[in-house]
Amino acid sequence: MKFKHATSSPHIIRDDGITKIMLQVLLALIPGTAAMFYFFGWGVLFNILTAITVALAAEAVILKLRAKPVKSTLLDLSALVTACLLALALPPLAPWWLTVIATLFAIILGKHLYGGLGFNPFNPAMVGYVVVMISFPKEMTFWLLPSTINLSALNLNEAFNLVFFSQLPLNMSWDSISSATLLDGIKNHLSQDQLLTSVTTSDQLGNLFGTVAGLGWEWINLLFLAAGLWLIKTRIIDWRIPAGVIAGLATTSLIFYLINNEVYLSPLTHLLSGGFMLAAFFIATDPVSASTTPRGRLIFGAGIGVLIFVIRQWGGYPDGIAFAVLLMNMAAPLIDYYTVPAAFGSQRQ
Amino acid sequence: MQKLFTFKGGLKLDGHKTMSTGSAIQTARLPDQLVIPVQQHIGHPPEVLVSVGDTVLKGQCLANASAGISASIHAPTSGTITAIDEQPVAHPSGLNALCITLLADNQDQWKQRSPIKDQYKNKDCHQLLELISDAGIVGLGGATFPTAAKLQSCQSGTETRPKIKTLIINGAECEPYISCDDVLMREHAGNIISGVQILQHILQVEKTVIAIEDNKPEAIASLQQALKDLSADSVHDTEVVSIATRYPTGGEKQLIKVITGKEVPAQGRPADIGILCQNVATANSIYRAVYLDEPVISRIVTVTGEAISQPGNFETLIGTAMSELIKQAGGYKNNIAGLVMGGPMMGFALTDDNLPVSKACNCLLTKSQDDIQQPAIKACIRCGECTDVCPANLLPQQLYWYSSSKNFDRAQDLHLFDCIECGCCSTVCPSHIPLVQYYRFAKNEIWAQEKEREKSDQARQRHEFREARIAREKAERDEKLRLKKEMLAKKKAAEGKAEPVDPKKAAIDAALARVKAKKDAAEIKPKNTDNLTAQQQEKIREADERRQKSSESSRSKDKAE
Repeated sequence: MKFKHATSSPHIIRDDGITKIMLQVLLALIPGTAAMFYFFGWGVLFNILTAITVALAAEAVILKLRAKPVKSTLLDLSALVTACLLALALPPLAPWWLTVIATLFAIILGKHLYGGLGFNPFNPAMVGYVVVMISFPKEMTFWLLPSTINLSALNLNEAFNLVFFSQLPLNMSWDSISSATLLDGIKNHLSQDQLLTSVTTSDQLGNLFGTVAGLGWEWINLLFLAAGLWLIKTRIIDWRIPAGVIAGLATTSLIFYLINNEVYLSPLTHLLSGGFMLAAFFIATDPVSASTTPRGRLIFGAGIGVLIFVIRQWGGYPDGIAFAVLLMNMAAPLIDYYTVPAAFGSQRQ
Repeated sequence: MQKLFTFKGGLKLDGHKTMSTGSAIQTARLPDQLVIPVQQHIGHPPEVLVSVGDTVLKGQCLANASAGISASIHAPTSGTITAIDEQPVAHPSGLNALCITLLADNQDQWKQRSPIKDQYKNKDCHQLLELISDAGIVGLGGATFPTAAKLQSCQSGTETRPKIKTLIINGAECEPYISCDDVLMREHAGNIISGVQILQHILQVEKTVIAIEDNKPEAIASLQQALKDLSADSVHDTEVVSIATRYPTGGEKQLIKVITGKEVPAQGRPADIGILCQNVATANSIYRAVYLDEPVISRIVTVTGEAISQPGNFETLIGTAMSELIKQAGGYKNNIAGLVMGGPMMGFALTDDNLPVSKACNCLLTKSQDDIQQPAIKACIRCGECTDVCPANLLPQQLYWYSSSKNFDRAQDLHLFDCIECGCCSTVCPSHIPLVQYYRFAKNEIWAQEKEREKSDQARQRHEFREARIAREKAERDEKLRLKKEMLAKKKAAEGKAEPVDPKKAAIDAALARVKAKKDAAEIKPKNTDNLTAQQQEKIREADERRQKSSESSRSKDKAE
């Protein structure tokens, strides 16, 4: 008998693939997203929906232009993950066009101009984020007071009109709705030569504090942390990058906190503020743009952690996650080059 | 109890072993015709001893191991040689190879056998190695490296290579589906132990470990029992060890790591760190050669997979057509879609089942339609799962990157040649990239380049040698010419000088010569001239006269000059 089917070994191949990985990442995003929805309202969902629609459409068009299979590539769900990560990083009351621009830059410039999934040297979501961060700094501050303390929280209709038509609800001003984030506020506070101990008692910032970090934010971060640990346990992501990121930020912030706790925030506040856990477990772990060697991943993660601290502390932006990630993306090939593991038997024993 | 270690990477795979271990080893039918590939091992092909039309007996040597690394082959049954020509064989290249076709006479008549049995203890290593070589024994774990050559290379430690202290008998059989070693251990544990004892005698090792994966409890029990049955002093420091089931723990280097915690140096051999590995089936072959005077003319083949009716293990004569074996295993099921020789991780797909079983054929794995559903290949997302499972501690993803872009230098920097092609990386790849294929491609390209370089080096050397030769010949000619000229010049000069000959001196010389001749003649008293017949004396006298005359005439000539 003759056989037509003759492939090279191995003859066992896993039946799941990239799609399953992406799907699991999306599932892991749900608890944190739900918490964000709880604290910041409908804007969070609008961001996600806008980003997903634009991402899929942009990807489909680009694939068509590049004469690549459209359906099977869309089904790898990588564009969906990029869209969600980007949407979660944007402020909940960001106008719709901000989300659209950010997403277009992420998918087209960040991903497809480099050759699509697997070839992008930079994290696409962070490329989109940085573009709008630099171009539209004002809109990027449209954060809300967590709804638990904001009595005038927007309902679905109000939020919709605000995001899509820039119509403020009657009798409301931007100031009464929006609020600086804790990190932003503290930065301003410190720049006025005030001490941290006075922050909790200050009028503008006092009510932003939760137990250890920003009100609401600490819960959001804890949920992303838990989901991230699940992803590690199910071997979707490698533990090294999150461990590096957390260790990087925790160590540097601890050192400075011990030097002067009047000027420097505690490590715990750092770890549970802003989008840190989202970054540590979901953004920095984008394998395409990260380092790929085992040791390299620790270094890559630690670099991000340290840079986040540096930018938060001394940079011009309230949070430095996007810049930290992009800077380390640049360093990834170099890190890979110098961290090649010793092959079996080539280590002296 | 032996302390065990782990190796990095590897995979836990579904064994699928019980599929073929349900029944005892069956003996495959004697086919009408056997096609025996001449080369069934790594190394040089053996020299064919028979010619078409010869009748041979079972076990008779058909081709003798040539010098260097080689292995003999033998007639699996008695019969007539009907052809010695190129035939399709099971080889990844798909090329034909020299085969000897033997028409069986159904007598199955053995050659004269004279097993040395326990007398091996009185033989020295060289005699036993010769016996192993003559029996055509090769590593039956799959690599088919000639066993005698392997043992030879670790004989009596040299300065560069330490003495072999540990012998590891590999019964791991880590590839899914394959069970030929498993059933061999279950049913012939005693023979394996005898083979091990012979190896111990040859190598004089301090310690022997028989390593078996813990998914083969029957095999472990059976070998332990066989050890117990022997008297304690005849099996010094031999232990059966159950090791964790994890592919590729049966890989030589991985197994050594698990048993000893030591890593064989990259590009090195186990002997470099005083360890030798042999497969259980090889030990069994050694037993058969010593105790039965039986060369390797058959092997156990596992016929299994999702598309065969009655999976099982078959003691099969070398040269039997695979299709025959498939028939005896109940034939293919309707869902048959492919056939693999070897296991699912490292075996290679065959395009035809009308090929002879060789010493390397441990398993015939049938693939169903479901097995061959290949998901689409996507781009690498650098997830690093391949790095996690790589037992050689390489960066498969980076190797893929450099292999596919033909950046072979960089691929070699990343230790491409330490890749054992176990297939773990390809198996876990979420983008379904056939990674191992890329490494094979890169290795072959590099070898081809090296060969090319070697060729051009040789050509350059040849050219340089020719240039040098021409220059040398010219120099020699010049020198000759110069000498000749010099001689001529001297001669001329000499002729000019030698003209006045001293007549006095010449006369004295001649006189001296005459005296000496006379003296010599007087002194020589030939003993065998005593009791001669008159005739003989007459002849001698005549000869003397002639001699006298000729010498006188030559003398007168001298004078004349």
